[in-house]
Amino acid sequence: MQVVRKELFPGVCLNYVHATKFKTGLLSVQFVTPLDEAAAAPGALLPAVLHRGTRQYPDMRALSGALDRLYGSGLSYTVRKKGENQCLGFIAGFIDDAFALDGERLLEPIAELAGEVLLDPVTEDGLFRASYVAGEKDNLIDAIRSILDDKRDYADMRLIREMCHDERYGVARLGTEEAVAALEGGALFDFYQNLLKTAHLELFYCGSAEEARVRDALLKALAPLPRGERIAPAPAVRRGAPPQPRYHTETMDVTQGKLAMGWRAATEDESAMMLANLIFGGYSNSKLFLNVREKLSLCYYASSAYHRSKGLVTVSSGIEFADYERARDEIVTQLESVRLGDFEPWELEGARSVLISAVRTREDSAGRIEENLLGQAATGIRETEEELIEKLAAVTPERVAAAAGSLTLDTVYFLTGEGETA
Amino acid sequence: MTRTEYPRIGETVLRETLPNGLRVAVVPKPGYRRRYAFFATRYGGMDMRFRLGGTWYDTPAGIAHYLEHKMFDTEEGNAMQALSLAGAEPNAFTANSMTAYYFDCTEHFDENLRVLLSFVSVPYFTQESVDKERGIIAQEIRMTEDTPDWRVYKNLLSCLYRTNPARVPIAGTVESIGEITPETLYACHKAFYAPSNMLLCVVGDVDAEEVFAAAREVLPAAPGEPIERDYGVQEDMSVFQRSVTFPMEIAAPQFLMGFKCPAGEAGEELFRQSLIGELACDILLGDSSPLYMRLYDEGLINSTFGGDFDQLPGVAYLYAGGECKEPERVAQAVMDEAARLAREGVDEAFYQQIRRSNFGASLRSLNSFENIAVGMADGAFRGFDPYRFPELYDSIGKADVEAFLRENILDGRRAMSLLVPAKEGRA
Repeated sequence: MQVVRKELFPGVCLNYVHATKFKTGLLSVQFVTPLDEAAAAPGALLPAVLHRGTRQYPDMRALSGALDRLYGSGLSYTVRKKGENQCLGFIAGFIDDAFALDGERLLEPIAELAGEVLLDPVTEDGLFRASYVAGEKDNLIDAIRSILDDKRDYADMRLIREMCHDERYGVARLGTEEAVAALEGGALFDFYQNLLKTAHLELFYCGSAEEARVRDALLKALAPLPRGERIAPAPAVRRGAPPQPRYHTETMDVTQGKLAMGWRAATEDESAMMLANLIFGGYSNSKLFLNVREKLSLCYYASSAYHRSKGLVTVSSGIEFADYERARDEIVTQLESVRLGDFEPWELEGARSVLISAVRTREDSAGRIEENLLGQAATGIRETEEELIEKLAAVTPERVAAAAGSLTLDTVYFLTGEGETA
Repeated sequence: MTRTEYPRIGETVLRETLPNGLRVAVVPKPGYRRRYAFFATRYGGMDMRFRLGGTWYDTPAGIAHYLEHKMFDTEEGNAMQALSLAGAEPNAFTANSMTAYYFDCTEHFDENLRVLLSFVSVPYFTQESVDKERGIIAQEIRMTEDTPDWRVYKNLLSCLYRTNPARVPIAGTVESIGEITPETLYACHKAFYAPSNMLLCVVGDVDAEEVFAAAREVLPAAPGEPIERDYGVQEDMSVFQRSVTFPMEIAAPQFLMGFKCPAGEAGEELFRQSLIGELACDILLGDSSPLYMRLYDEGLINSTFGGDFDQLPGVAYLYAGGECKEPERVAQAVMDEAARLAREGVDEAFYQQIRRSNFGASLRSLNSFENIAVGMADGAFRGFDPYRFPELYDSIGKADVEAFLRENILDGRRAMSLLVPAKEGRA
């Protein structure tokens, strides 16, 4: 797969991938800005407000009607955290011209619509329409409260909040309820104007259209965008763990306990750490899956994740309340065995082949291509699929053990039921 | 082997039925690295009562799902491990009327396919392994029970239906799975995992002849005995219970409203009916409907609001819901809008817009190998070809949608499932 990356004008880059195998094309427009507490709430609110209407399509019905007529094209807003940056914008998915019933072209009208949503919102008295701001504030507050509804996500989110409480990485993706409630229309509009002038912008296209056609469509759609210097994305800062792990327990009316744990990695050997994470808890043949879940039946799920740019490893698990200490100790024991090099050749080779296969098949999904390229733009980790595969192929068992050995436990978070003692 | 071209959607399917009755569908995907195999049986959470060889069996709720968990065990160890070693990511799911096992990989496809066919067709359980699984599944059930989306949906089905097993949780309950023994699992495997009750679908850049050969060589030659299934008496159109309210640890109240619809028979008409139901749902309350915008502007619904039309054995219903502080007002607005559409008819331009949009959505879903395979299995088990959607959209008119709304969106057909926050005031 070939990615052509070009700067259209300062701070605005187009990532172009030519592909004819999909039924659809994908177009994505993403601002990438350093995460901080003050920007999180307006950053999360803004795309939702923009998505309410443009000057030409001033309400949801007009806008979704336009999308329906383009064969049910999707134009969804996204608020993502990549490394220590907030990424906000729109992703459009639309059927390939080959399947349009009347032989019409879809890329140009979709690019135009995306440009309008981004740059030409419906306004009143020089600000966003007040009822849209008020409505989307309520919705965002509901969404923040709803994180609580999925206890697995909630526990994983709480772990990162506690562990990285004074780092960009610990900033809540959607902002806090209080910050959203306090946002006023004027402040949101100022944030928007400033974003258009100063934020780094990444554009993506994946589909069957030629590069020149994509570039022309985007240049036209983004013509009103102010030109000038733009702020670069923030590189992720890695830190060490505290001398003693921190423990947090929270109580709620739930039937299953959630145990989340986080470590800091003191290694630059990222490919070895990726494999160490997989062997530890990253897939269906991992030590956590085979031992903690299958052999000991200590939990329904237990898996680990490696947050590469930030150098963290986290574990997420669902357990019986009474098994808290046993599960925690067992998870630590499994990590210890990776650290000691106590894994069979099949464990490493299984992990390696799953990972390499996942990297290879990235080019089979336009969504995954976009996600990965955005991550690269936000974290500054630039590598092709082939480069990563080469690095993974060269990792030895000793390097895996050394990478796992660099982990230090930082934080343990436990969500338990009422009347239970942890 | 039959080769069918579908020029309107740019697809080709190669099909073969083996002498043992197994249906095989290969969907070539040149240019993709990924290869995907999906092996499914027409057996799910709803198939609790059945007749095999003259004997009626009543099996506990959750047994199909329990069996799915145990199928990965082999005499040599675990199939999951064998597949992962060759770089494949295996998994499985149990639905209401289907259980499926699948993997995807880039290398060693043929070898992995043979492992898949083998572990699914050869059961291996011991008392010890079956007992050990109980704890894992009990945890899974508890986790599901804590999930608001699942709870609000299950409660709705329990309101709509009196006796149909659609009201029973697929995974059963912690109590019901207590009765499951190796003997029952073997009996269910024998009944439902026979080749004539199954479908193999492969998606990717593969050699179809190799797929057929693997299936012929690995699977048993006997097709298995015919199974008779009992989903209880065909229910009338009245709902079992008007509404149910359930307290949960959630931030905002949620609701789901459902309308009981006549269940379709098998065949292409069933598929056509589901496309009509989906069109009706989108015209009534989809993102670009007048009703949606009005309710959204009034703050009565947010972007979690949505609906769909579903058909299961002996069951069909249209449902809609989301987070909502005043569910009764929204329900009333939906009823009023349906009455308006029945009275005034659907606007022709709006109908064409939604039809075009739904056609695009069906086409876009073909980017997903998973969707392709599930569609192929569902179509094979229920007697239709899922790739014929362009022709079916051609055959549907706005009068079909108007009739659907007029006949089904009625107060007597409606049930409500509500979730309320267990405690007020939690942040």
